Amino acid sequence: MIASIEPAAEQGLYASHQKVYSREVSGYYARLRVAAVAALLGLFYGVPWLRWDGRQAVLFDLPARHFRVWGITFFPQDFILLTALLVIAALSLFFFTALAGRLWCGYACPQTVWTEIYVWMERLTEGGRQRQIKLDRGRWSTEKVLRKTAKQALWITFSFLTGLTFVGYFSPIERLVAGAATLHLGSWETFWVVFYSFATYGNAGYLREQVCKYMCPYARFQSAMFDRHTLIISYDAPRGEPRGSLRHGKNRRLGDCVDCTLCVQVCPTGIDIRKGLQYECIACAACIDACDGVMDKVGRSRGLIRYSTQAEMDGRPKQFLRPRVIVYAALLLTAIGGFTAAIALRVPVNVDVIRDRNTLYRVIDGGRLENVYSVRIINKDRKRHEFRIDVTGLPGASVDSDRAAQEVGPEDVKTVVIRVRAPSAEARGAQHLLVVTQALDAPRLRVATPATFLFKAS
Amino acid sequence: MSPAVAFLIGAVVLANIAGALWLIWWTARSKDPAGAGAQTTTHVWDDDLTEYNNPLPRWWLWLFILTILFGLGYLLLYPGLGTFGGLLHWSSISQYQAEKETAGQALEDRLAGIKTESLVQLSHDPRAMATARNLFALNCSTCHGSDARGAKGFPNLTDGDWLWGGDANTIYQTIAHGRDNAMPAWGGALGPDGVENVLSYVLTLSGRLPEASRTAGMTAQIEAGRGTFKTLCAACHGPDGKGNPTIGAPNLTDSVWLHGGEIEDIRETITHGRLNHMPAHAELLGETKVRLLAAYVLNVSEAANPGRAAGAARPASPGQPAPAAMSPR
Repeated sequence: MIASIEPAAEQGLYASHQKVYSREVSGYYARLRVAAVAALLGLFYGVPWLRWDGRQAVLFDLPARHFRVWGITFFPQDFILLTALLVIAALSLFFFTALAGRLWCGYACPQTVWTEIYVWMERLTEGGRQRQIKLDRGRWSTEKVLRKTAKQALWITFSFLTGLTFVGYFSPIERLVAGAATLHLGSWETFWVVFYSFATYGNAGYLREQVCKYMCPYARFQSAMFDRHTLIISYDAPRGEPRGSLRHGKNRRLGDCVDCTLCVQVCPTGIDIRKGLQYECIACAACIDACDGVMDKVGRSRGLIRYSTQAEMDGRPKQFLRPRVIVYAALLLTAIGGFTAAIALRVPVNVDVIRDRNTLYRVIDGGRLENVYSVRIINKDRKRHEFRIDVTGLPGASVDSDRAAQEVGPEDVKTVVIRVRAPSAEARGAQHLLVVTQALDAPRLRVATPATFLFKAS
Repeated sequence: MSPAVAFLIGAVVLANIAGALWLIWWTARSKDPAGAGAQTTTHVWDDDLTEYNNPLPRWWLWLFILTILFGLGYLLLYPGLGTFGGLLHWSSISQYQAEKETAGQALEDRLAGIKTESLVQLSHDPRAMATARNLFALNCSTCHGSDARGAKGFPNLTDGDWLWGGDANTIYQTIAHGRDNAMPAWGGALGPDGVENVLSYVLTLSGRLPEASRTAGMTAQIEAGRGTFKTLCAACHGPDGKGNPTIGAPNLTDSVWLHGGEIEDIRETITHGRLNHMPAHAELLGETKVRLLAAYVLNVSEAANPGRAAGAARPASPGQPAPAAMSPR
C-alpha cells in the first residue's frame, strides 16, 4: 500500500520515482501554512499591480537597467545593496533555522507554497489520497480522462498566470497582460512566460518533494545550523512504543501510538517520522496535525508527534537563547541596520570621472597646465537636475567647460567633458584632486569623486 | 591546424564523451558484492562510517544522457571537432560581421533623414550631433581628446586654425581620406648653428624676441636665419611664414604649435623633423558616419569660436608672450 516508504526489495543507485500521494490534513499548523501560502501568493500576484507615482511600483526594467522599487530607482551601480539584501536573507535563514529548524521549508519556500496550491487543485479534480491512487491504478475511463483533463487545465492555467506575473516584474504588467490577451507578446516575453510557466508546472505539479530531496542545497546545509536545542518535529518514541492498533492491543501493554499510519499518509515527502529525524523532513508539521487529531479521537493527550528538541527528548531542559542564536541575531540586526541606513542615506547620483588617457597634459598660457576629464553624471533621481562641477584639493585649480551648469534628465546619464587647469610652477608628477558634482537645487545631491591630475614629470 | 592536431582534438573530444558515458554506466551500478538489495552505498570512511543508499530518481540518469546527446548535437552543428566546421557553418567572425551589418543598417535607417542635409545644416541638428558626439568619443577622442582640443602632435579642432583648411568639404576630405604630413629634418643640413639661426628667426615670426630685447649677437642670428628661411623653409611655409593649406604647411606666425611652442619643442622640430598621419576613415566608418563627424567638427569649432565661421580667415595672432626663460640659447 505504501510503496514509497518501505525500501524496495531491489535497489540500485537509481530507482524509478514513486509518486507521494499525501492525505489532506487539517489542524493548527495546516491553518498556519494556508495563511502563509495565501499571504505569499497574494504578495506575488498583487505587487506587480501596485502603482506608485503613476508608475508600476515594482519593476525591474532590465533593458534600461532601472530597478524601480516604490519611490526609489536603483541602477546597476547600486548592486552592492542587492548583495546586502542577499546577506540579510542568508542570515535570516541561519537565524530562523537555528531557532526553529526548517521553518522556511515548511511554510515559506516557493516550492512548498506552489506545491500546496497544485496539490489542492489535484484534490479538487481527482479527489483525496485514496481516490487518486485508485484513479491512477485504474484503467482509462471517461471519468479518468475528464478528471485528468480538468487537473491539467487548472495546472496549466495557474502556471501561465505564474509565468505571466513573474515576467510582469520585469516588463510592465499592464501592457504584458494586454499583450498576452491579444497574443501580441514580444519574443523574449513569450519565451520567459513559457519558461517560467513550464518551470512552475514541472516543479509544483510533478517534481514536488524531489526538488527538496535531490536538488535543493539549502535543504542539505540547513542541518549544519542545527544543534540539540533546535526545534525539530519529533515522535516521542518512549511514549509511543511499542506501537499497535487499539483492537490488537487489548491484551498487550502498548504505547500511545495506535499505528494508524496517518502521519505517514499526510507526509508530503513520503517519510515515516517515527523513524526519527530524517533529511527529507521539511518540517511542515502535517504529521503533528494528523497525530493530534487521532490522539483527540482515542482520548489520549496531544503531542505524541510535536515540535520538540533533541535535548528535550533526551530529558534535558529546553534552551532557546544559545550563543549560536544570539550571534546570528546580532549579525542579522547589524546587517538590517546597515542596509536601512544605506537606503536612507543613499545619494541618488553617481559620478564617474575618467581622465583622457592619450593626452598627458596640455600647456596653456600663463604657466598653467590643462588635463581633460570625461565626467559621467548618473542622475538616479526622478527629477531633472542641474549640476555644477568644481574641483578641490589641488591649489589654484579651476574648471573650464563649455557650459556652466550641466542639465541631466530624470533617471538619465550624461557625459560631459571638463578641462581642469592648474598652475604648474611648483607641482610635479601625478597629484590627487576631487571632482565635486553638486546639484544646484538640492544641497544633498553632492558627489566628490577622486581623480588624478598630471603635471610635468620633473 | 595541421591534420594530425585536428584529428587528435576530435579524438580527444569524442573519447571524453565516451568516457562520460562509461562513467555514468559504471557509477549507476551498486558495488555491493552481495548484489541486489544493497542498503548502503558501500562507501566506508573512518573504519565504520557508511552511507545509506537513498537512490536518486531514475529521470536524473536521463538528464545525464540528455546532456551527452546535447553535446553530440552541438558538435554536429557547431565547430568543435578539429577542423570540422559544423553543419551550420557558424563562426565567431561571421556572427560579428552579421551583427555589425545589422547595427550599421540600423544606424543608416536612423539617419536616413540626414542624407539630404548639408554638412553645415547637419552641424546644427541636435539629434544628429548627439549621435556624432558618441561617434567622436569612439573614433576620434583617442587622439584629438574628449573635448576635441587635441594634444601635443594631435591638432586642436576648436581653435579655428586649420592645417588643411577648415571649410566643410575640406574637413570631410580630411576625415574620409586622411592626411599625411612631413616636416623634413634640417639638423644634418644646417648644423647646430644653422638650426639656432632658423629657430631665432621663426620665433620672431610669431612676435617673440621683441626688438627691444635683442642683443647684437641675436640680431645677427636672426638675420642669418632669415636668409636660410627664405631659401629653404619658405618653399612650404611661404615667404612670410603664413603656411600653405594646400600642402598642410602650418602657419608659423600664430600662437598655435602642433608639436609644442616652447623653444625646446621648436628646436626639436627643426632639427629632427616631424611626421604626422591622420588615418583615412571612409573605409572604416562609411560615408554617413564620416559626414556626421565632419559636421561635428564644424559644430565644436563654431561653439568654441562663436561668431566666426569655421575656416574663415585666421585672426591676427596675438603672439605668444615670451617669458624670460623662453629665449634661444
